[in-house]
Amino acid sequence: MASQPPTMLEFDDIQHIVLTRVPAITGRYEFLSFGEPSRGRRWLAGIIEKIESAQAAAARMEAQNRWVSVAFTWTGLRALGLNEASLASFPEEFRQGMPARWQVLGDTGANHPDHWIEGISGPELHAIAILFARNATERQRSTQEHQAYLARTPGVKILSSLDIDAIPPFDYARDHFGYRDRLSQLEIEGTGIEPTPGSGPPIKAGEFILGYPDEDGPPVGLPQPDILSRNGTYMAYRRLQEHVGAFREFLRTHGDTPEEQEWVAAKLMGRWRSGAPLALAPDKDDPGLAADPQRNNNFTYAKSDPYGYATPLGSHIRRMNPRDTAVNMQRRRMIRRGATYGPPLAEDAPEDGVDRGVAAFVLCASLVRQFEFAQNVWINDPNFHELGNDRDPIIGAQDGTFDMTIPKRPVRRKIRGLPAFTTVRSGAYFFLPGIGALRYLATLSESGR
Amino acid sequence: MNVPADAGLQPAAMAIPEEGYFQLEQGRYGPIFPRTPANYGFTIIAKIKPGTADAIRAYGKVLEKIVRDDPHAFAVLQLHYLRWVLFNIEDKTFFMYQGIFDTDFDKYTEDAVALFHKLGVDTVFENLEEFPADWKTNVPAFIKFVRDHQCPSFLEYGEYPYAPSAEIKKALAVKRALSVMLDETQ
Amino acid sequence: MSPDDLSGSTRRAFLGSATAATALTLASSAGAEQTPTMVHGPDPTKLAQLKTNPAAEPPSAPKPGDWTKPSAMAIPKEGYFQLEQGRYGPIFPRTPANYGFTIIAKIKPGREATVREYGGTIEKAVREQPDVLAPLRLHYLRWVIFDVGSGPHFMYQGIFDTDFDKYLEDAVALFVKTGINTVFVNLEGWPDDWKTNVPAVIKFFRDHQRPSFLEYGEYPYVSADEVKKALRVKGALSAMLDQMQ
Repeated sequence: MASQPPTMLEFDDIQHIVLTRVPAITGRYEFLSFGEPSRGRRWLAGIIEKIESAQAAAARMEAQNRWVSVAFTWTGLRALGLNEASLASFPEEFRQGMPARWQVLGDTGANHPDHWIEGISGPELHAIAILFARNATERQRSTQEHQAYLARTPGVKILSSLDIDAIPPFDYARDHFGYRDRLSQLEIEGTGIEPTPGSGPPIKAGEFILGYPDEDGPPVGLPQPDILSRNGTYMAYRRLQEHVGAFREFLRTHGDTPEEQEWVAAKLMGRWRSGAPLALAPDKDDPGLAADPQRNNNFTYAKSDPYGYATPLGSHIRRMNPRDTAVNMQRRRMIRRGATYGPPLAEDAPEDGVDRGVAAFVLCASLVRQFEFAQNVWINDPNFHELGNDRDPIIGAQDGTFDMTIPKRPVRRKIRGLPAFTTVRSGAYFFLPGIGALRYLATLSESGR
Repeated sequence: MNVPADAGLQPAAMAIPEEGYFQLEQGRYGPIFPRTPANYGFTIIAKIKPGTADAIRAYGKVLEKIVRDDPHAFAVLQLHYLRWVLFNIEDKTFFMYQGIFDTDFDKYTEDAVALFHKLGVDTVFENLEEFPADWKTNVPAFIKFVRDHQCPSFLEYGEYPYAPSAEIKKALAVKRALSVMLDETQ
Repeated sequence: MSPDDLSGSTRRAFLGSATAATALTLASSAGAEQTPTMVHGPDPTKLAQLKTNPAAEPPSAPKPGDWTKPSAMAIPKEGYFQLEQGRYGPIFPRTPANYGFTIIAKIKPGREATVREYGGTIEKAVREQPDVLAPLRLHYLRWVIFDVGSGPHFMYQGIFDTDFDKYLEDAVALFVKTGINTVFVNLEGWPDDWKTNVPAVIKFFRDHQRPSFLEYGEYPYVSADEVKKALRVKGALSAMLDQMQ
């Protein structure tokens, strides 16, 4: 019989990545494959001490220079030796894995898993080790330390790896298109942190962390045994290449002056590149507004902008968070982590063909209900908000046949045939266990229990 | 029943008694079924003769082609929507004809009979159990069959209640004309 | 297998009508399995005129905005032309009647009156808050109770603008919020843990869905929002013209 769900968050058992943002500007993802189960368990046993809980990370934040997280695919759990009954208790979409869900996610054309790189679309992907580092020196040191560790734990190999780097200047997070990032922050009930104005009420922990009540009530259908699922969560990994040259070319095509180009960029995203929301700054950018967390997220749509004259109905932020124009919103929120990768492209430099983009994680308690819903219903449905032929202009699957509708008086502006500014290059579904669950997995016996 | 003044502007729902009407009002072939927020309509369910499912299903393609060749073929029926379904309950298979339309039950049935006859697809009904043998000449028997197999709703809801399809098509045309006009002024 | 009950225990003059006067039907039902009944297929001449193999041709993609021509679409037995994966199962395609379903489920013994009362519950809910069912993106909804000889069955006909898979979670949340879902507890097969097990509820709807094999729309592919907007535009224009008199 399932134990009573805890009412207080067990900060000492939740991996830090779920609840904290760390002061890292570099990092590395390593995608791993385990040979034989006892080898995988041995590797895991030695690495657990490097994985900080949210409590430990918060306590040591100033002194710490690197942060490690570990998560497993479904085949990875099997590769560690987890028994079949437990494996069967995981949700369907997680068991299928992200490549098999391509149709649900809209990963068509150039985004299809057949074209993915990184070599992680098959069942041999078992785990990811995520490193965030305060600086490049620390990343190098940690990477070497892990290499040395792998040499001591034969039977575990790296399928591929990716270095991540923030884009300078480091005053705030930005992506390769120049948009400021991380402005919409949800807060979880029980962390004691109040959400910034406009971010919505705190969300029940169970929406993001297994074992706690969610917005519908007590947790149900958790993977078994309890020790395995408690304080864990699911993590969708998405690597999106950003075609910066195409993006800049597009702005130049549709805006005659730098001001007009910024306006077009703002209409695609829903915020000016500074981060100021169109909802509050519909005609002109306002960097001061962008920098003020008490104001930069404090807006809704239903009454003040139902037709999308300020924030277009199909713009990226309005799709990713329809706020008060959608129902059931408290069941649709997601935690986002991750970073950019690849060298920035200088403002006046032509497209150089170098791979650059974002390599992000979406954390949630139900991939099908939260992550897949957003992909399927908000990002890639051409009929979102009755637009008819519009997908998300930034991360939707664009093949040159979809439009961007910009509501305007008297007649809306429709940009036809949007090019693809991003392409999905890789992805996977992971399960991110709590610390106790990591220990459980590391000490599975030969019978898988 | 009177259509309310603000009809068509707010969704509405109506619960309907078991008989399918609120008070008995005699129509030409039987009681009159009232207009609801989903206009007029019916749900006809009839058991199919064994082995006829595929033949019935094939009529789907026939009707699809008829409408493709002449989109206004069904205009007389004043339809909004029509759906034909084949379904099983236990080991028996049934045909269902769902229609939402703007003309009353009896007039619709007469018009439908005449139309299907004209189009040559009335033969689909011969696959239904209890269908009258003299249907070709006995239209009232056809209508009685339809009435006998009608399953009235006990709840109907319309998002744009009481708006007839002709009105809707006119409104769509007006909106499009306005849109074109605005485009021209760009 | 017991012979079909033609005369029997049904309620409102459904199959039991004494005017099943056609000796033809009564006779043919008895040995129906052995003596093949005459099957009335479509006229072969007509079929020959169809230019393609009726078996599996997907229709051409709906053209947005072309509501001027009523349109009909024949649909294969499975309910879709090619298997396209939704989050919870195969996607049923958009037809000239938009999206929709016909859910049929047997009513638990003795619960018919309870189910019927929900008609009044919904009528009241919509009267008090006309946009209460907005998340369902409906055009029309009809609830029917019928009996074809196997006991009373509940049927939920819906015509709406969003595919089954996308908004079923929101629909379930809406049902819980408004109490509509409690009508479903009277249906056989409804999951006991419906309050917490959304995937099971979704499975119930999918398992009880009966796809159409033909759908027709007079103003095809037009969403309810489009219809309402158009009616309002026309209404506003009329009012404006009145003022110009």
